[in-house]
Amino acid sequence: MKPESVLIIGSGPIVIGQAAEFDYAGTQACKAMREEGVRSILVNSNPATIMTDLEVADAVYVEPLNVAVIERIIQKEKPEAILPTLGGQTGLNLAMDLHRAGIIEKYGLRLLGTPLEAIRRAEDRELFRDMLAKLGEPVLESEICHTVEECESAARSIGLPVVIRPAYTLGGTGGGMAFTWEQLRAVSESGLAASPITQVLVEKNLLGWKEVEYEVMRDGAGNCITICNMENLDPMGVHTGDSIVVAPSQTLSDKDYQMLRSAALRIITELGIEGGCNVQFSLAPRKDVRDWEGDPAKPLPYYVIEVNPRVSRSSALASKATGYPIARVAAKIACGKTLDQIPNAVTQKTTAAFEPALDYCVVKIPRWPFDKFALGDRRLGTQMKATGEVMAIDRCFEAALNKAVRSLEVGGRSLLWERPEWRNGGEFSLEATDERLWALMAAIRRGMSTMDVSRTTGVDPWFVERLQNIVAMEKRLLTEHLDQALLRAAKRLGFSDEMIGQLADRLPEQIRNLRHEWDIRPVYKMVDTCAAEFDAATPYFYSSYESENEATPEPGAAAVVIGSGPIRIGQGIEFDYASVHAAWALQAAGLRAIMVNSNPETVSTDFDTSDRLYFEPLDDEAVRDIIENEQGEEPEPPASIVQFGGQTAINLADPLRRAALPIIGSSSETIDTAEDRRLFERFLQELGIPQPPGAAILTMEEAIKTAETIGYPVLVRPSFVLGGRAMEIVQNATELVTFVAHAFEAAQGKPVLIDKFLEGREVEVDAICDGQQVLIPGIMEHIEAAGVHSGDSMAVYPPVHLDDEEREVLRDYTERIVLGMGAIGLTNIQYVVLPRVPGEGPRVFVLEVNPRASRTVPFLSKITGVPMVQLAVSAMLGRSLASQGWPPGLWPEKPLVAVKAPVFSMSKLVGVDTYLGPEMKSTGEVMGIDRTFEGALAKALLSSDLALKPNAAVLLSISDRTKPAALPLIRQLAESGYRLYATEGTATMIEALGLPVTSVTKVLTGGHPNVVDVIADGSVQCVINTSEGRFTGSLRDGFHIRRTAAEKRVPCFTSIDTARAAIDALTAGASFDVATLREYLGQ
Amino acid sequence: MPDALLVLADGSVFPGQSIGVEGHADGEVVFNTSMTGYQEMLTDPSYAGQLLTLTYPMIGNYGMDAAVEESARIQPTGLIVREAATFFSHIRAAGGLSDYLKAKGVVGISGVDTRAVTRKIRRHGVMPGTVTTHESAEAAAARLRGYASYDDVNWVTTVTTDREYDWPASGESRLRIALLDGGVKRNIMRSLASRGCAVRVFPSTTRADEMLALRPDGIVLSPGPGDPRLLETMVAETRQLIGKVPILGICLGHQVAAQALGAGTFKLPFGHRGGNHPVQDTVTGRVTVTAQNHGYAVDAAGLDGAAYVSHINLNDQTVEGIALKTEPLMTIQYHSEACPGPLDNDGIFDRFVGMMAAVPGGVI
Repeated sequence: MKPESVLIIGSGPIVIGQAAEFDYAGTQACKAMREEGVRSILVNSNPATIMTDLEVADAVYVEPLNVAVIERIIQKEKPEAILPTLGGQTGLNLAMDLHRAGIIEKYGLRLLGTPLEAIRRAEDRELFRDMLAKLGEPVLESEICHTVEECESAARSIGLPVVIRPAYTLGGTGGGMAFTWEQLRAVSESGLAASPITQVLVEKNLLGWKEVEYEVMRDGAGNCITICNMENLDPMGVHTGDSIVVAPSQTLSDKDYQMLRSAALRIITELGIEGGCNVQFSLAPRKDVRDWEGDPAKPLPYYVIEVNPRVSRSSALASKATGYPIARVAAKIACGKTLDQIPNAVTQKTTAAFEPALDYCVVKIPRWPFDKFALGDRRLGTQMKATGEVMAIDRCFEAALNKAVRSLEVGGRSLLWERPEWRNGGEFSLEATDERLWALMAAIRRGMSTMDVSRTTGVDPWFVERLQNIVAMEKRLLTEHLDQALLRAAKRLGFSDEMIGQLADRLPEQIRNLRHEWDIRPVYKMVDTCAAEFDAATPYFYSSYESENEATPEPGAAAVVIGSGPIRIGQGIEFDYASVHAAWALQAAGLRAIMVNSNPETVSTDFDTSDRLYFEPLDDEAVRDIIENEQGEEPEPPASIVQFGGQTAINLADPLRRAALPIIGSSSETIDTAEDRRLFERFLQELGIPQPPGAAILTMEEAIKTAETIGYPVLVRPSFVLGGRAMEIVQNATELVTFVAHAFEAAQGKPVLIDKFLEGREVEVDAICDGQQVLIPGIMEHIEAAGVHSGDSMAVYPPVHLDDEEREVLRDYTERIVLGMGAIGLTNIQYVVLPRVPGEGPRVFVLEVNPRASRTVPFLSKITGVPMVQLAVSAMLGRSLASQGWPPGLWPEKPLVAVKAPVFSMSKLVGVDTYLGPEMKSTGEVMGIDRTFEGALAKALLSSDLALKPNAAVLLSISDRTKPAALPLIRQLAESGYRLYATEGTATMIEALGLPVTSVTKVLTGGHPNVVDVIADGSVQCVINTSEGRFTGSLRDGFHIRRTAAEKRVPCFTSIDTARAAIDALTAGASFDVATLREYLGQ
Repeated sequence: MPDALLVLADGSVFPGQSIGVEGHADGEVVFNTSMTGYQEMLTDPSYAGQLLTLTYPMIGNYGMDAAVEESARIQPTGLIVREAATFFSHIRAAGGLSDYLKAKGVVGISGVDTRAVTRKIRRHGVMPGTVTTHESAEAAAARLRGYASYDDVNWVTTVTTDREYDWPASGESRLRIALLDGGVKRNIMRSLASRGCAVRVFPSTTRADEMLALRPDGIVLSPGPGDPRLLETMVAETRQLIGKVPILGICLGHQVAAQALGAGTFKLPFGHRGGNHPVQDTVTGRVTVTAQNHGYAVDAAGLDGAAYVSHINLNDQTVEGIALKTEPLMTIQYHSEACPGPLDNDGIFDRFVGMMAAVPGGVI
């Protein structure tokens, strides 16, 4: 049964609904295949993944995930089987596409994991209902609809409110709830548009019922087990990816638990899945919370809501919550093993055929992007909006919840946070939003009764009472004398030193000192899958204020890698990639690698990535406690590495230094030089390296004065913030005042930077330094002009437009900056290069220096073959680059071209403008790699859903400022056979060129067709829209164009440069190669 | 301030809060890793003479419901938890854990690092302990030194029914079963009754001919507490039953039948107690997840040649079931009746019904 070779399909870029969990899953699967002696062939378009590392699979393709490319890989590699179930919904959809195209049959491939029939039965609503009926499972009242009219008729027979669920989408894209007939029409339309087969399910609304999930596994012999069950704190109505989730369930009796468990096992058996599966149920609530018909003395009514016939986000969570390696076991099952033949990697004594027993409580909280998208619709419903999640573990719910909130890293918010409006006696709502948890706390503080809270929200009274416990402790800390017993009780409920200090009127450090004086320190308990029944070998720990410590220090030198926390816009999977490599590099250097992270989706929190894993919040208190625990009785504490975990880790440099704890790599002084505007300016002046003129300011007066001195346009941004949050290009004083105020808020007391905005080519360089020499693996050039955040720009390696002199200047500047700053390890520098003036030298300005790993590390490591993180860690440990056999200077360019393109999740975030600017908006990235620029770009566009079909219709709405730049592009479009639509002004210009164009109005209240109509009804298949700035009319008009395009999934270019590059690539015929990374690298 | 203590025979002391009645109770300290089903566990007669530690840290969340009781009283001598919920929430809940313990007159302690207790037992084996609300740790430890060994007590006599009684079939009665009660759980009767079996429950001291006088279609040897080697009478009477009538042995009943077939038994270091034990059918290779609660296991050496090991535990390869090659007898070490635990094995009852139906003239 064991296949000789398997093609594993990855999940592509990180988007809302499909995040880092599939890197974790794919990586585990490849490792498992290797153990089984199966040749693994991996394809994924996302370079920021461990799974696409050369060492993980036997052949790695970073190529677009479509049928044509997969067929070419199949022809080349001749795999015996294909495994799509570890690549999320992307993987399953691709498997279905391959089947429809006849590829699976044509090449005689075995489909591992989930039979095609099972995919259909789980995904197609009609077949799904038939299956449930066959099994005797309760079927929720619903109708399958293909038109808005059918939806209306269904809703009439079911009765409002209803839920609308599109078929074959991830994260519930396009679906939602409808309480009114207008809502019904709107949601039906978006749902039908989002479904690739134009099919939605209109379903009875179980708002307020409990939502419970089971993760189950089955092997080829039919053995079934449950890995974990999970209960959502948020009842039905909120997408499970947007719900606060608790494992195991808390309010289910054994009868309820076993009833649903048995149903889940019947379903996986009926579907014939060989691997993992996720089953979601809704279970009747208490009648005094939400009434329902039926006898409460009988088994509680339930419905099967959804089945994911594959490894999912929930399986990653279940894996981390239990310690059971679901993806690894699923891969081994795919290789033909049965559960009893697979050793339990955790206990190393028992087998994979058992069900984990938890002796702790796990809380997951989603991480939403509304700190970046203040204007987005914050309400939560059936469409997922979170970009990532955090998980925390403790011995009671309250403590796990408190730690999870600390892990979120939303402006340092604890559970004590309240919106200022709430505090001033203002009304606040308990409806489901990203802030509901805090609103619940606020309501309880104001005396709202448990039952009132439960009846209003549907949250089970048990959870509300637990929040009451937290509020009761708050009141004790506010009023009682802080003695040993009280402090200990507060710590056992998960209160941070900072929260206790805030309530008991002390500084956090004073609380810490009190704790030490009274010997109130956390102990660390193991996540061992078996509630301590067996001696386990897994080094996976969480803190708790209990009596016995299981994480006693082990002999040998160790270093602590600070991870990057939840995936959010601006701090994505790239930093987890770097953290994982840092741990591996430490191990390679003979040190014990200790990982600290709070993100359950990642490879870094996998049980065998590091020598010891602490699943903890990434804050001052938690990290110092861990370091103290690891120090034990030794004279010296272990050193920490802060340069791989993004801004999260870098922000810990200062607290660690103040606590006199050692950091290896760039010192916190170096970090300050880079981040403190005044120090940075002085530093560059001393080196004689130019930067755009500007200043760090703390008041509005300074801001206006600075802007006038340097002249508009200026770039406004807060210091010490990653991902360009609250960053804006402003053209005049009016805009300046608004955005500086916004930036002050984001800067949280730190200065705001105002710089002259230089319009040139943005260039990015990563460098590795050992203190003596600097290695520059490569230079990347951005395709978009300056002004678009580097994380949202397409970047190309090697640079296309830079001459040798410019490259030489970049090398020289980089070396001098890195050495001058004393940066050890990795540094990322962003430059702007202005067009050459005849007779003058290169004009290169430094925009930003970050003495840490950047988001380009995985991309650049893969395409240059330079093991950047490994070299950086070795350098940090004192090994010179020379002694590692790496010469200084610019690493020779490889004979390949790679384009990194951002991927957005805009269709999921209602109300958010898709316009690209200095604030980052993308959630993920893809890479196109080929021998030529056009090939690489075409692949990047294909992978990021920006591909243009030949002879498509394009809607143009071009601002006056960018019209000159757009002219050649428009001509090229017309000549290549594209049909043109344009808004009034743009149409006039096109007519003046003598080209045919259909004019549409921008005025939505006026006649038809307007811009929104032509996008919505499918008349155009591509949009090019540029605008001047946030306050001009064009940006407001453009908003509707861009929003509609995002919702209808029509490619929308907001930069002429990107559009031109895309058209160039696609009109050039878009022929490209399909090859492994090794082949491109010439290895 | 701690108002209750858990003191173990090795001298370790765990302070906590009293959640039951005042006083003290001794017992063999054991742990169960099930995450749900605390009331079923508390009323499981197999815990007689034991102090029950629950490894799941938050106990009592969904309150108490008399309908899930597996016997008429709390069976362990006391309860040890990390936290006893002060608030419960469930549509069926009729009261809280602490009040339940108090109403039933049982001691309990919360606030204990139950994982530390569990690790100690895992490493050193089950050991005597006491939960006390009125003594110093020293006094309790001194008292513990006089504790009679758990293994020397015939616990079955403390939990078996004192007179026979009937559990009627639900619906039409098709089969008659004689059940020898060593500490039976109600769900065994419920499971049989729902399959058309009328059950007569007999005290553990009942002789084989008294049961056969009922002309039963089958005999069930029930679960129960304690060292099976002390049950010479039950073993001897079971020997009289084998070959005469279809037999199902569960847990203690399995150990009794195994002894009747020549096998021995031994004490496990810390028992099997939980809802997650994988058991493999040695014939089909199939694995199911089982509910378990036993401190002793069968040693297959000496087993009659007519019998074979039908099930094994994948965690430690111990015997989980035996069967006769040609006669209608099957026994399982695990709990097909669940309560608490997975329902994967209630097919055992169907097999037993099938076994009875297959015996000529078996149907009443």
